[in-house]
Amino acid sequence: MNAQPRKSDLLTSATRARIDAWLAKYPPEQKKSAVLSALQAAQEQNGGWVTRELMDAVAEYLEMPPVLVYEVCTFYSMIELEPVGRNMVAICTNISCMLCGAETIVEHVEKKLGITLGGTTPDGRITLKLEEECLAACAGGPMMTVNGHYHEQLTPEKVDAILDGLE
Amino acid sequence: MVEVEKVPKPLPACATPVAEGMKIFTQSKIATGAQKAVMEFLLINHPLDCPICDQGGECELQDLALGYGRDISRFAEKKRVVPDKYIGPLIATDMTRCIHCTRCIRMLREVAGKMELGATGRGEHMEIGTYIGKSLESELSGNVIDVCPVGALTSRPFRFKARAWELQQHATVAPHDSIGSNLFVHTRRGQVMRVVPRENEEINEVWLSDRDRFSYEGLYAADRITAPMVKIDGAWQTTDWESALQATVDGLNQVLRVDGAEQVGVLVSPAATLEEMSLLQALARGIGVHNIDHRLRQADFADQETAPLCPTLGQPLVELEQVDAALVIGSNLRKEQPIAGHRLRKAALNGARVMCVNPVDYEIQFPLHAKAIVPPSGLATELAGIAACFPDAGSQGAAAVRQLIAGASPNATQRAMAAALKSAGHATLLLGSVASSHPQFSLLKALAGVIAKHSGATLGLLPDASNSTGAWLAGVLPHRGPNGAASGTTGLHAQAMLDNPRKAYVLFNVEPAQDCYAAATAAAAIDAADFVVSISPYASDAIRAAANVLLPIGPFTETSGTFVNAEGRWQSFNGVASPAGNSRPGWKVLRVLGNHFELDGFMQESSEEIRDALRSQVGTVVLDNTQADGAVSGAMSAAGAGLERIGEVAMYATDAVVRRAAALQKTPDAAFAGLVRIHPAQAEKTGVRDGYTVTVRQGDASVVMDVSLDERVAEGCAWIQSGTPAAAQLGAAFGPVTLERV
Repeated sequence: MNAQPRKSDLLTSATRARIDAWLAKYPPEQKKSAVLSALQAAQEQNGGWVTRELMDAVAEYLEMPPVLVYEVCTFYSMIELEPVGRNMVAICTNISCMLCGAETIVEHVEKKLGITLGGTTPDGRITLKLEEECLAACAGGPMMTVNGHYHEQLTPEKVDAILDGLE
Repeated sequence: MVEVEKVPKPLPACATPVAEGMKIFTQSKIATGAQKAVMEFLLINHPLDCPICDQGGECELQDLALGYGRDISRFAEKKRVVPDKYIGPLIATDMTRCIHCTRCIRMLREVAGKMELGATGRGEHMEIGTYIGKSLESELSGNVIDVCPVGALTSRPFRFKARAWELQQHATVAPHDSIGSNLFVHTRRGQVMRVVPRENEEINEVWLSDRDRFSYEGLYAADRITAPMVKIDGAWQTTDWESALQATVDGLNQVLRVDGAEQVGVLVSPAATLEEMSLLQALARGIGVHNIDHRLRQADFADQETAPLCPTLGQPLVELEQVDAALVIGSNLRKEQPIAGHRLRKAALNGARVMCVNPVDYEIQFPLHAKAIVPPSGLATELAGIAACFPDAGSQGAAAVRQLIAGASPNATQRAMAAALKSAGHATLLLGSVASSHPQFSLLKALAGVIAKHSGATLGLLPDASNSTGAWLAGVLPHRGPNGAASGTTGLHAQAMLDNPRKAYVLFNVEPAQDCYAAATAAAAIDAADFVVSISPYASDAIRAAANVLLPIGPFTETSGTFVNAEGRWQSFNGVASPAGNSRPGWKVLRVLGNHFELDGFMQESSEEIRDALRSQVGTVVLDNTQADGAVSGAMSAAGAGLERIGEVAMYATDAVVRRAAALQKTPDAAFAGLVRIHPAQAEKTGVRDGYTVTVRQGDASVVMDVSLDERVAEGCAWIQSGTPAAAQLGAAFGPVTLERV
C-alpha cells in the first residue's frame, strides 16, 4: 500500500540527519529536548524562516504536540516566522554595546540599507534583526552577527566593508 | 502570599510545603503588603469590564481583588489588548481578560491528555491560544471554562444569557452516558440556563464531559411539544390530556382486540428514568404485551436467557484508575464514556498496560501497551486468539466458543495481551458499545468471559445509556420482569419487533431512525404501523408522520427520577425546571394511563414510591458479569464484495436531547460523524479518494455521503457512525455496505 503523506516528509534528509545527531544526545523519551536545534535546522532548510507546515513537521518528527512547538517558535527570537533576506544581520543593542556606540552603528546601517530594524532590503539581500539582545561578546562591543558569525569592535567603515561583501 | 518566620521574603502559601515548627503569618504587614502588590500586578493589564463580563459575580479575580486588592488603582498607563481567538463552538474567548495563569493549558494537557492550548509569544506579548485558530477537540474541553479564574474563557452557548446571581442551582444527574456524572443545573425563572459539574470524587471528580455540559441546549429545541396532540383524519390537533390518553387507550385496545397483544411493540429509551421504565413495563404486561425492550442498538440477543441480572462495569468506577492492565474490547472509550476514559488514562499514566481490540484505532490520549485493529467480523477470532494463550481455556463453554478457541493459533500481539492480563495484579476487560451493538455480542461476551476467568481479570461492560443498567432491573425486557423475575411469556426483543413489523407501537422517548440498530428497517416498521403513540418531549417530522398520538413528557430536567449507572449506583434526582407548557413528568403520564386501562398498582403518589418498591425488591446490585454458558450467536461472514460497516453511535447523536444541542452539533466531532471514513489502502481498492462524494448502499437503503481517508480504520471496513441524519437512512449499524462514486 502507499503510505499516506506525513507532515514530517517536509524535512529534507540533511535536516533529518542534523536533528538525529541532536537526538542522539538526549534520552530516547526526551525527544523534545532537541526542539530548538531541530527548528534551527528546519529554518536553514527553508532560507532562514519556518512555515507553519515546517513547525508541524518538527512536531511530528519529535512526537510533540504542535502547540508546544508553536510556543517555542514564538518565544525565541532566533526562530523567524516570516520570510527573511538571504543574510541575517543582527546588531547587538544591549547595554555594553550601547555604551560603546551601538546606536551609531544601527543608525549608519539603517541609512545605508534604507530599512529600519526588523526590515528586509527590497532585493532580499539583507534582513536587520529587530532588538538583538546580548550575545556575550561585551568585551568586543559594539558587535553584530552576520549569519551567525561574530564581528566585533565595529566602526561604520568596518560595517560597510562587511555588508558590501554580502551576496 | 504569607510571611514565614526566619524567611526573608514572603512565600506563596499554595506552593510552600509546611514544615515542623514553621511559624506562618497571614495578616502581617509583609504578608498583606505582598498580597496587595500581587493583586496590583495582576490587575495592571486586566480590563475593568466586570459589568459586561459573563464571569462577573463568580470570578476568582474579582473575589481576590475585593479581599486583598487596593481600593484605588495607581495604574494610569495604557492596558494591553489581546485579540480574541476562535477555539470552537463551545467556548467563548475574551483574551484581554486573561491573567496567564495557564490553568487551561494544564487542564487540557494533564487531565484531557492532549495539549491543544499553549502560551505563544513572550513577556508582554504572551497569549494563550491554539496559535492556528482551530477548534478544541477534547471531549472534556468545557472544563477549561470552570478552571479559568477570570472571564477569558466562558461558555459560548451561555454567553450573555444570564448573570450568576440570577440563577438558582439544583443538583441532578447527567443523562447521556452510563457514568451518571453529577451536575448542577442552573435555572432562571424555571428555565435551564446552563449546566456545570457537581463534585463527586467517586464518579466524575470535578470534571464534566462536553456532552453532559452542553446538551441542555437541546431541552428547548424547536420541535419540543408542549401539549398532547392527536391525529384526526391526518391532521394534528392539540387537545387536553384526558382526550389524548383516551385516544391512546382506544387505539391500543382496538389493536389488542383485533390483532392481539403480540401485535403491539413497546420500545423504550435506555435513558428513561427507572420510575418511567418500571411503570411502563407494568402497564405493558398489564395489558398482556410482552414485546417490550430498551436494547434498541443491540443486534444480538442470543444469550439473554443466561444473562446476569444486569450488565455493569463489574467494579466501582474508581477502580478503573487502579488497574494494572486493561483490555478494551470494541469501544471508542473516550467518546462513549468520557469520564471512564479519563479514569483509565490515569491508570495508564501510573503504568497500567492498556490494550485495545477494536475495528478502528480510536484516538486515545495515552500510549497503548498493545493493540489489534481488525474488521468487525474479525473481533471474535482476535479474542479467541487471546483466550487460546491460556491452557485449558477451550475446555469449557458453548460449542461455538470452544471451537473458536481450539482453532486459534495466537500471534505475538495476542500472546502479549494475554501475558499482560495474566501478570497484572488487578486487571479488567471492558466491552463498549461497538461490542454491544455487534452482531456477535454474545460470542464476544462469552470469549471475554473466558479470558477474564483464566487471567483473573474483572469482566466489565460499559452500557450505552444513563439507565441501561436500570432498565434490566426494572424489567424493560421481553423475557424478564422487575428484578430479573421470569415473565412467563417471552416477547419479541427490539430487533424482532422491528424486523417483523407490528400493528401498533408505543415509543417511549424513542426516535426509531436515530435510536435503533437498523435505522431504515425501524423507520419503515413504525411508518407502516396502524397505531403509534409517541411519549416524548419532542416530535420530529418523522414521528409526526408516523404517530397517531403525541404525549409530551418532561426531559430529565423536568421530572423526578432515578438512573442506575454502570456501577449499579442508584442516583435519584428531582425535577429542576418548570414543565414546558402542558407537558408532564413521564411517570405521572404512565400512572394515569395505567388507571385508564383500569389496571391495579397504578396509585403511586410520588416517583419515590415507585423507586422504593423496586429498590426493596432488588436490594444491592451485585457487580458481577459472570454468565452461565448458554447460546451464543453464530458466525459472522465478511462483507464479500462490499465493505463491513462500523456503525457505533456517534458521540453527539446518542439521544434525542444531544441530537438537538446546537453547539455540540457544530463541533469537529459532529462534523466527523457525517463522513464515511475508510483506510487509504482500502480506498485504492474500492476506487475512491479523499473528498469523493459517494452513494452508500446497504440493502435497499442508500444515502449520499462524503469520503474521508483515515488510516485508523481497519481495512475492508467503512466507518459510518449511527444516529446521524445520514445514517438514519441506512440499514444495520454493522452490516455490509458498498460505495459508489456519484
